[in-house]
Parts: sequence; C-alpha cells; structure tokens
Amino acid sequence: MTDLRDLYQEVILDHNKSPHNYREMTDATRMALGYNPLCGDKMKLYAKIEGDRIADVTFQGSGCAISKASASIMTDAIKGKTLAEAEALYGKFHDLLTGPPDVKADGAGLGKLAVFSGVREFPARVKCATLAWHTLQTVLKNTQDVAKTE
Amino acid sequence: MSAVTKAAPEAHASAYDVERVRAEFPILSRSVYGKPLVYLDNANTTQKPRVVIDAVRRYYEEENANIHRGTHWLSEKATEAYEGGREKVARFLGATSPKEIVFTRGTTEAINLVAAGFAREYLQAGDEILITGLEHHSNIVPWQLACERTGAKLVVVPITDEGEVPVDEFEKRLTPRTKLAAVSHVSNALGTVNPVKTFIALAHARKVPVLVDGAQAAPHLPLDVVDLGCDFYAISGHKMYGPTGIGALYGTEAWLEKLPPYQGGGDMISSVTFEKTTYNVLPWKFEAGTANIAGGIGFGVAADWLSGVGLAAVAAHEHDLLLHGTRQLSMVPGLTIVGRAKEKAGVISFVLENVHPHDIGTILDREGIAIRTGHHCAQPVMDRFGLPATARASFGLYNTRAEVDALVNALAKVRKVFG
Ligand SMILES: Cc1ncc(COP(=O)(O)O)c(C=O)c1O
Repeated sequence: MTDLRDLYQEVILDHNKSPHNYREMTDATRMALGYNPLCGDKMKLYAKIEGDRIADVTFQGSGCAISKASASIMTDAIKGKTLAEAEALYGKFHDLLTGPPDVKADGAGLGKLAVFSGVREFPARVKCATLAWHTLQTVLKNTQDVAKTE
Repeated sequence: MSAVTKAAPEAHASAYDVERVRAEFPILSRSVYGKPLVYLDNANTTQKPRVVIDAVRRYYEEENANIHRGTHWLSEKATEAYEGGREKVARFLGATSPKEIVFTRGTTEAINLVAAGFAREYLQAGDEILITGLEHHSNIVPWQLACERTGAKLVVVPITDEGEVPVDEFEKRLTPRTKLAAVSHVSNALGTVNPVKTFIALAHARKVPVLVDGAQAAPHLPLDVVDLGCDFYAISGHKMYGPTGIGALYGTEAWLEKLPPYQGGGDMISSVTFEKTTYNVLPWKFEAGTANIAGGIGFGVAADWLSGVGLAAVAAHEHDLLLHGTRQLSMVPGLTIVGRAKEKAGVISFVLENVHPHDIGTILDREGIAIRTGHHCAQPVMDRFGLPATARASFGLYNTRAEVDALVNALAKVRKVFG
C-alpha cells in the first residue's frame, strides 16, 4: 500500500508553508496565468527572460500543497537555466510523474524535483504537480493564454 | 395512460433503522485502502440499493428489447417496464399524470430542454431570465446559451454571507421583462434549502413561470410538485439511489404542450414526410431516439424504494447527521463551515486553515473516506465567498453518526500531516 508520506514529503510540506520565489515581479518580461479547473487552483507566473536565459522567475496564486510546492521548487530549479534546459527538465519531470506506479521512479538528473516521485501513485494529483510547468510552457511561448491542466 | 394515484402513506417513518437500510447497499460493505468505506459524497452521486441493481440486471437478462415499436412479446414487456418507471417517478413527484414526466439523461438535460425551448419560442432581446447566486453550473450555462442566442439577459439574485437567497431580493428582481425564474431547491455547494414555494407564488403573481432544479432536493425531502406549484422540476436518477444516465423533467401539461421539441428523431414523431412532420404526444414528443430503457426502469424502482423508506424519515435522519456533523466539525481547530443557512439539507462545506481542500480530500481518501473537494460545479458560489474551493461532506440516507465521527477523526490526521 502506498503511503501518504510518499506524497507529502517533508520538502514538499516545507515549500508549501514557505514557498520560494513567491512574489510579484514588477519588471517581468513575460507573465502567464495557469488554471486547474478541477480544483480551482490559480497561478500567476512571472519571468524575466534575457536572451535565451531565464534570469528570474517568480509566482503567486492559490493552490494545494502539491501545486504550490511544485511551483516553488520549479522556480528554484529553472532560474538561470536556458529555455532549452528548462524544456528538457520538464520532459524529465513529466516522466517522473506519469511513469507506471509499480516501477520505482528514477529521479536522476532532477535534483530537488525528485521529491515528487510519490505523485505517480496518486494519479488524481498529477495535474496539481504539473500546473506550474504547464504555466511555464505558456510563458516560454510568450502568449497571453491561460494555461489549463485539462 | 393511467392517472397517477397518490403515494401510499410512508412506511417506517417513525423508527428509522439505518443498519437495515445500509444492508440493502452492497457497496457499503466494501473497503477502500484497507479501511471500511465511508461514503460522504452523496450530493455528487449516491450508491445503489440491491433492488435497483437487480431491476436493471433483470431487464437485461429477461426483458431486453426496444420499446414502443415492437410487436413481439419482449418489446411489450420492456415497454411496460419502462412506462411503469415513468409512472413511479410521476407518483414520487406528486405529478398529476405520467404525461408530465419526460425522461432525460439527468437534471442537466432537463434544464437544457426547457432553456432551448424558451430560446426558440419565448425569448427576445431585452427579456430577462432570473436565477440565484446559488446555482449549479447546469442551471446557469443553459440560460447563458439561451441569452446569447436571443439577446435576453441573465439576472442573478445575490446570496447572503450565510448562503441564503433573501425573498425580498428575489422579489425585487421580478420585472415585467422576466420571462422565467430558474431556482435550485437545495444548493449542492452549501446545502441551503431555498423557500421555493414562496418564490413560485411571487413569480406566479407576475405570471412568470418557474423551473426548479430539484437535483439535491428529491433524494432528501418529501416532495409534491403540485403543492409547490412549479411549472418545471428537474431531477437526476443517480442522486436518488437510481442509475446514472437517467433523470426527469416534470412539466405541467400546459407548458409541455406549448414547448417545442428538443431533439428530432425516432419515437418523438407521429408521422414524417419530407414535407411535414407531426410530433408525438406528451411525453414522447421530447424523447427522441432509443431511450435509456434500463435506466428508466431502475429509476422507477429507486423512486418507489425511496418512497418506501419514507422521505420524512430520511429528512429527519439526515438532519440529525447535519446537526451532529456541524457540532463536531465546529470543534475542529481552524475549520470553518461555509454556508450557514437556517434551512439546510445534509451538506457541510468547509475549509481548513492552511490546508487546501484538495489535500484534505487525498488524505481522507486514504482513510477510506470519500468526500468531494473543489468548486462543486458552482464557481459563482465559491467566488461569492472568496474561496477557490471547499471540502464537502454530503450525507445520504445510509450514513451514520459513527461515519461523521470517522470524518472528524480523519481531519485530525490531516492536521498531523500539515503540522
Ligand atoms: C443542484 C444541482 N443541479 C444540477 C446538477 C446536475 O445534475 P446531473 O449532472 O445529474 O445532470 C447537480 C449535480 O451535481 C446539482 O447538484
């Protein structure tokens, strides 16, 4: 039986309580809204893009512990990365979340993001963990669309 | 078609034996994640008693055939059973005749049927449709579509901090331009019981017809559409211990005669040529295509079964759970109940300080406790309270005080995870 502690790891609970990069960015070059209609989570993601590099990224919004912690850890992880590196990280993160639940997740190359390995055992929560990343996609494409996880 | 005879006096209204009721629901004895199932998501859908499951199975095993069009024995049996289901639903609602019961896929389709008919025949630019701030999306969006098509305007009666719709606010918004009022009988998000009888009287005094969304009322309160005086009443079988995919629109004969058909196809016609089609009589004018036959049969059985248990007894039992739950949940540190109407059905919406409802839902789930979290298809209600979501426990006739206590205890676990 899967344990709740697989999902709610200490690191996740800490980031939920005190999220990193949780603020409005007044000099953002890009901004996008993310919305999960299933749970009503809303997220605003701000980014400052310099050349092909994400110089700074912050977020604000309301959401569950998983979506908030995911946004917090994501912003830490992609700050200073190139757009292509962020994209590649998302691919790996997505695999981590959606892999078969009976196979032990491989968090290699994901750093802190690997704490979300337990999410694959809670399929109903995958969208919570990807909301920030979907919103990031919108930011990277520089459109004004609201990202949806459905 | 035979007239409907009034329901028999309610059976065991005095001594409500919840364990006996529970024993009729096979699913209630199962466990989830190794814990006994505590099903508190009844406003979403209800579980099915053995008699309903058996009726559906029996139809497929013994009487399966298409209805209204066969000359053979099976078809006659199936037609009888399906139309028998309609009579049972008519009796359940207190309708004058089964003609006034249109089978639909559920409440949503019932409301869409009326809204589409109004948009086609009765609405013009500048007209108004009156709804309340408590409505489920299915009693908002069909009217918005009708308004978009016609230029009519949607007018909304605001709700109070308690989650009530004040009668004077409703009355104020009935104008000479109001073409219809559509109100929920019981709110799925907050449990508020609206004074629909008063609303109907006020609307009728101005010749405004009223549609009542009864999805959350029919399984929980004694009902009589004639006594209420409504023009339309919409219900869902699956919220009344019946099958999914079946529901009903009650409409007065006068209104159903006036409304245009909803969909075209087989069964809803009496004759078709390429020049002209004449429509079938009520209620079949609104039932195009092969019906959900098993659903109609199961729905009828569920309605009879529910009447047999007795809605007065059900209401009293669920009210006890509401009082007990409200009392116990109020003592949970950091918990706030959203929706504190004086008249409430067995629904408790709540939020917990510093814990998102979605996280509450996941943790309770692992304790075998099923609740709903989210906006409950009532985003405007959530917006009214400035909340993205709530957690909601909703009671059914088989729930017990012990299950309410299990919920309260599990919330302590939520606190433990979130510190
Ligand atoms: C008040 C209310 N109206 C309408 C509906 C829609 O019912 P259905 O989905 O069965 O059509 C619901 C179901 O959640 C409801 O609670």
